Amino acid sequence: MKLDRRTFIELAVGFSAGAGGGFMLTPVNWKLMDDMTIWSQELWPRYQLGGLKGRLPQQGKVTHADSVCNLCPGGCGITVRKVGDRATKIEGREGYPVNDGGICPLGAAGLQLLYGPWRIPSPLKRIGKRGSGNFEKISWDEAINKVVQKLGNLRQKGQSHTVACILGSDEGTVPRLFDRFLAAYGSPNFIRTASAEDTYELALGLMQGTTGSVGYDLERANFILSFGSGLIEGWGSPVRVIQAHSTWRSGDLKDRATVVQIEPRLSNTAAKADNWYPINPGTEAALALGLAHVIIKESLYNVDFIGKHTFGFEDWSDSSGKTYMGFKRLVRTEYTPEAVSKITGLPAKKILTLARAFAKAKRPVAVWGRGKGTVSGSLYECMAVHALNALTGNINKPGGVSARPQVATRSWPEVERDATAWSGSRRPRIDGAGSNRYPLTRYLPDRWSQVMNGGKAGAIQALLVHGADPYYTTLDSAAVAKAFEAIPFVVSFSTCLDETAYHADLILPNHHYLERWEDIPTPVGLQKPILGMLKPVVSPQFDTRHAGDVLMTIAKSMGGSVASAFPWDDYETLLKETMGDNWGTLEKAGYIVNEGYKPSAWSKAFGTPSGKFEFYITAFDQAGVKIGKDVGYLPHYEPVQPEGNPATYPLILIPTELMRLADGAVGNPPFCTKTLEETELKKNDLFVEVNPKTAADYGLSEGHHAMLETAKGKAKVLVHLFEGIMPGVIGIPKGLGHAAYDDYLAGKGVSANSLIGVVEDPVTGLSAAWGVRAKLTRV
Amino acid sequence: MKEVHHKADEHHGAHEKTYKYGMVVDLDKCTGCGACMVACMAENNLSFRKDNSDRLRSNLWMRVYKISNGRPFPDTDISFIPRPCQHCEGEGHHHTPCVSVCPATATDYSHETGIVSQVYTRCFGCRYCMAACPYHVRVFNWWDPTWPKGMEKYLNPDVSVRMRGVVEKCSFCYHRYQRAKNKAYAEGRRELHEDEYQTACTQACPAGAITFGDLKNPEHKVHKLKKSRYAFRLLEKLGTNPKIYYVSTRDWGRKAGEVYAGEEPKGVTHVTHA
Repeated sequence: MKLDRRTFIELAVGFSAGAGGGFMLTPVNWKLMDDMTIWSQELWPRYQLGGLKGRLPQQGKVTHADSVCNLCPGGCGITVRKVGDRATKIEGREGYPVNDGGICPLGAAGLQLLYGPWRIPSPLKRIGKRGSGNFEKISWDEAINKVVQKLGNLRQKGQSHTVACILGSDEGTVPRLFDRFLAAYGSPNFIRTASAEDTYELALGLMQGTTGSVGYDLERANFILSFGSGLIEGWGSPVRVIQAHSTWRSGDLKDRATVVQIEPRLSNTAAKADNWYPINPGTEAALALGLAHVIIKESLYNVDFIGKHTFGFEDWSDSSGKTYMGFKRLVRTEYTPEAVSKITGLPAKKILTLARAFAKAKRPVAVWGRGKGTVSGSLYECMAVHALNALTGNINKPGGVSARPQVATRSWPEVERDATAWSGSRRPRIDGAGSNRYPLTRYLPDRWSQVMNGGKAGAIQALLVHGADPYYTTLDSAAVAKAFEAIPFVVSFSTCLDETAYHADLILPNHHYLERWEDIPTPVGLQKPILGMLKPVVSPQFDTRHAGDVLMTIAKSMGGSVASAFPWDDYETLLKETMGDNWGTLEKAGYIVNEGYKPSAWSKAFGTPSGKFEFYITAFDQAGVKIGKDVGYLPHYEPVQPEGNPATYPLILIPTELMRLADGAVGNPPFCTKTLEETELKKNDLFVEVNPKTAADYGLSEGHHAMLETAKGKAKVLVHLFEGIMPGVIGIPKGLGHAAYDDYLAGKGVSANSLIGVVEDPVTGLSAAWGVRAKLTRV
Repeated sequence: MKEVHHKADEHHGAHEKTYKYGMVVDLDKCTGCGACMVACMAENNLSFRKDNSDRLRSNLWMRVYKISNGRPFPDTDISFIPRPCQHCEGEGHHHTPCVSVCPATATDYSHETGIVSQVYTRCFGCRYCMAACPYHVRVFNWWDPTWPKGMEKYLNPDVSVRMRGVVEKCSFCYHRYQRAKNKAYAEGRRELHEDEYQTACTQACPAGAITFGDLKNPEHKVHKLKKSRYAFRLLEKLGTNPKIYYVSTRDWGRKAGEVYAGEEPKGVTHVTHA
């Protein structure tokens, strides 16, 4: 008999159980062992219940229900598997025009948010100190009365303009209801939380004279030049972009699309790219203009488009004979590969090669919006990148960029404002958007708190927050906390106990997205107009109400013209009416897609004063933007200095955004947190990425604790050595550092937003910097 | 009587219909997003804890490894390797490593499907299989699973939850095979179509990087994909004959599959904080 390991173990067990041997070949021992196993298991009632302690979920018929995910602006179609009344799994909806069956980790974990302990069970009133997390359940009537009373009093005192609403979007019926409420009530302060859309909408408005968001035809592009966009890390509509990425990675190697990533850190996108060009943080605009230099110098641009459909490319003179510098001369003189190489740190030769490859590609596209696109960004940088799309003539072309409209819905009757509403709405906005200083900007989501702290503490007397978590997502957390402290009345409509709800005075919980009706406008970055419909997949699990209904009830209780601005019986009536003829399709199919949509031809595409694509922005003067110097009318490079004194803070801290870590208005569910790498989170400590060279300079090794300090705050972190990050740069994952939610998320890591402040863009006032100066010391 | 006999024959014949289920994972497409991991957890009732940061105690069936070429900035490169159970077939004198050491016959290799099973009620937690598995796919339940109140509602009734003290691992969503087989039989079919049995991770992958099917069926996509000149398997030298194939056009990525990257790497490669 061959004595292998298994036999040896069997024999050893046999010897001990057989007390001295002899019985090892009889079945008695084995039977006894088996009995022992079963007996010991039966001692455990958990054997049957798996720790559920009598909470065995109910069985039932298996069905599937389609809806849309709204955990991020990606708007994917989902199919929910149900067993009886229970939702048991979320899967990507096959054939849905955004994500065709694919799903992201956050979307797949959506049921943890539906059934999790972070749900707000009923209206809550704060009883302890702000931020103590002590709330008391109250009835809906009492909750709504409190809001009506407070807002009524403010209105009576002529203070209606001190009411503000912060939302995650300004499109769709629910955000528009809030906007309408403010119009009827008398306040200009509708604020949308920050995203790269803020800046791109402005850039498109200025250069193309269009309204609407940017749409990228990524699926048909064959050269993708990304200026730090986390293409496969949550940028745009995440699943859609990952699917486009797979299209680029399919077929014969020689036919595949080329992806080039510009970024100081080897992100997943950079790693997957064909070429990764790390450049000094914040010098992206210079590189874009350096590429433009080569493309123009070597006549690689689209002559037809540039010649017939653009303005300000060549030098030009106005009616008085004054000559102005065109984009061509600026770029030719200022942004030679050598000059740009000095700024960006990228060798001049690489700039040449990249420019040629980009311009010669069949369908090149330059994409903008760093990381997941959660920060507004610099206007001139966006314009410089967009200028590359103009040079190659891929505006409104297959594989290119366009300003994309929304699916048309029925308009609502005009709000009939009373005198209070008129005077309140005409007051300047608290954030300064639309003022003489920032006439173009619609919302300044990172600025209102700075304004309040800068001597206008009483500017907001009541704040309503829906579909957003500004307490957490706004840059400079300490400033936001201070501003919140100064607001006497904060109302949250959140489904979950997020940071804002945690610091609110009153919570009026909305239904979870799987419990309600709501229209979801075109996902961010899509080139086709799509309208998706959230449908109730399960009945409300708690004593929650649709935010649309709650807001209308509040308005109706206020009486007068505020009430009459809301003639609908309830939200569902309003939704059906607004969707008009599309309602039937939306109710049945769950979405509408305008398949035949094509962006306008060049001759009709541009609504600028010149009727052409403008390199030289004539709209600046019309809007009254004060541009000090001539170059300010053209896309150019203006260094955005990250906050902090280089002598005190020698390093640059940049946020890194991870697909497995939600960093927006939705907290990371436990499943997603479980997928984090061991080099990202250890117990409650967050790792920052440091290049081994930099770490050596500061005497740090893998796993060391260190103090990370910026002008905005400091935090104890762990060091992870990563060869892929530029020396002198530190990467901090965004999405942790919550105090709210629950034990599965609260207290883990630090929030990047607590370390990064606001650097205002000189033209838009939006946050322009991507990061902050920092120092790292061993502790 | 005759008809009954006929049916029995057919039934017998059906048992001879065998599959060799496996996967081809395109690492060029895999973005490391983790949707496969979450879909697996949701499908298979995996529990979670307040702190899951210790991988040695964390029960992932599908784990996406992040590997680096170890070269200094800016020549660094990283790649992801989604790693479910490799469902080793073994070959020659090599056995499926876990099956050959299990004293309780709690894990077995199915010649019907090519799936390595895990029978939780038989397992008594000796963890030999964990020691034997060269791919670290097996995890031990150090605690009874618990769910915050209310969360038990999303549990999948097709998959049992596992108690403290037993080992668990990826089953290729075997319950989905059973479901598909039931359906096929009910419809008078004895063979499963490619698309009617797919694992949860395959279905979820937004990149379409995972392809699942019968490796020996020329009609199935995996049959062709595994023949790619860029295809490899993990630790082929061990003779475990795993059924997960990977495709990577990066030379260093393929070499990493054998834990041999040519010269000694100078920089930081994979780091764990156990």
